[in-house]
Amino acid sequence: MKHIKTLETRNLCESAKNGGCGECQTSCQSACKTSCGIANQQCENKKESK
Amino acid sequence: MVHQYKLLGCNIVLDTCSGSVHAVDDIGYDIIALYEKCDKETIIAEMNEKYSSLGVASEEIEECYDQITELVAQNKLFAPDSFEAMAGELKRKTAGVVKALCLHIAHTCNLNCEYCFASQGKYHGERAIMSFETGKRALDFLIENSGTRRNLEVDFFGGEPLMNFTVVKQLVEYARSVEKERNKNFRFTLTTNGLLIDDDVIDFCNREMSNVVLSLDGRKEIHDRYRVDYAGNGSWERIVPKFQKLVNARDGKGYYMRGTFTHANPDFLKDIEKMLELGFSELSMEPVVCPSGDKNELTEEDLPIVLSQYEELAELMLARKKEGKPFTFYHYMIDLTGGPCIYKRISGCGSGTEYMAVTPWGDLYPCHQFVGDEKFRLGDIWNGVDNKEIQQEFMDCNVYAREGCKDCWAKLYCSGGCAANAYHATGSVRGIYEYGCKLFRKRMECAIALQVASLLDEE
Repeated sequence: MKHIKTLETRNLCESAKNGGCGECQTSCQSACKTSCGIANQQCENKKESK
Repeated sequence: MVHQYKLLGCNIVLDTCSGSVHAVDDIGYDIIALYEKCDKETIIAEMNEKYSSLGVASEEIEECYDQITELVAQNKLFAPDSFEAMAGELKRKTAGVVKALCLHIAHTCNLNCEYCFASQGKYHGERAIMSFETGKRALDFLIENSGTRRNLEVDFFGGEPLMNFTVVKQLVEYARSVEKERNKNFRFTLTTNGLLIDDDVIDFCNREMSNVVLSLDGRKEIHDRYRVDYAGNGSWERIVPKFQKLVNARDGKGYYMRGTFTHANPDFLKDIEKMLELGFSELSMEPVVCPSGDKNELTEEDLPIVLSQYEELAELMLARKKEGKPFTFYHYMIDLTGGPCIYKRISGCGSGTEYMAVTPWGDLYPCHQFVGDEKFRLGDIWNGVDNKEIQQEFMDCNVYAREGCKDCWAKLYCSGGCAANAYHATGSVRGIYEYGCKLFRKRMECAIALQVASLLDEE
């Protein structure tokens, strides 16, 4: 049995090379308005490599 | 930095700086906890002592240790934090670009909710509504200051925006008439208490609003405790059928039922269950924002209740998903493969820089939660930002600017949190609202555990 299962996630170190386009939504829009976070935001740059 | 926890029957290890998420067995969980503290020999000996009586061979423990070492070499465990030098880079790169406005279309409300952070919609000032001319200038200001950014977001907010619905419609019409020639795409959101929803509003919202936020606190007795009209009558009976009609007609377009929970209902899961019972599936419940010492404020005694409610909510979501009746909770939405890049994750929320609030008379504030506090006035939509000192405070806000965030495992999920909450709790936009952090960390644990549990279930 494999002891560790690693989920597929965006590689944050790699995203330093190709991220930062600034097209994404600002953090406090839509439903929240009072307790901001960025975890549930989408990257708008779909073609960017993960 | 790693964070280990057990939830929904899963052993979970998060590696903060790489963003990696690992589901591990008990041996892996224990080895990772010791990995940086002890050498290999000590760890293996300790694991043999613990697991040999359970029939686990020493080779298996060594194999597990080696898998972990491989992940460390791949920078998927104990990845170093190499991002501090990049903090503020995105904001510097996009300085001066505004991409979202919260339009305070009406500083007035037809409800008189005691817990309203906007003091019954008036934001501690006089009642006012935005004129078409002011709103049009705000949209022009946004277009003029948005640089090459194509998607522009505008929230119609209040007070109660439907009390100025004619202007909302005129502004959307104006935006649509200019967006093509200016190479922009407006995305509108409207937040409403529901009282003035009618067929015209439903048709319009479903045509023009990419999202509608519908304020409902859940159970009738909870909702009607605060969400009353000026005669003191509860609004639940009047708004629920309107919300149901609007959502049914929405045809898959985005919406959120958004509730607030307070000291009166730390057991907010019951309110979520009520929303589900009423046929809603896109849900959000937010902790109340109020001055310290307010009777509605969540207390230290409420905290363990709220934290366990979050866990029970995750269990409910998992169970409903298995039953083929899934629902969405705003704070548990997380896209592990397509979420924000590192620049976004460290640069803070964007208030006061790329996102601003506009008052009915055209003043600019860093966000809706600062409106009414004169010292945070940034400028106006005719002359732009002139209070550079305050704007700089928001420019300088990022996850590394907050001393207390440096050693927090959740820092790349919250980006330093809400500047307004920080200010109200500590007097500084760069402070830490620790109570909010505790809730946020629990929500992230739950959100990620749901992803892990779903994946393991599928296999």
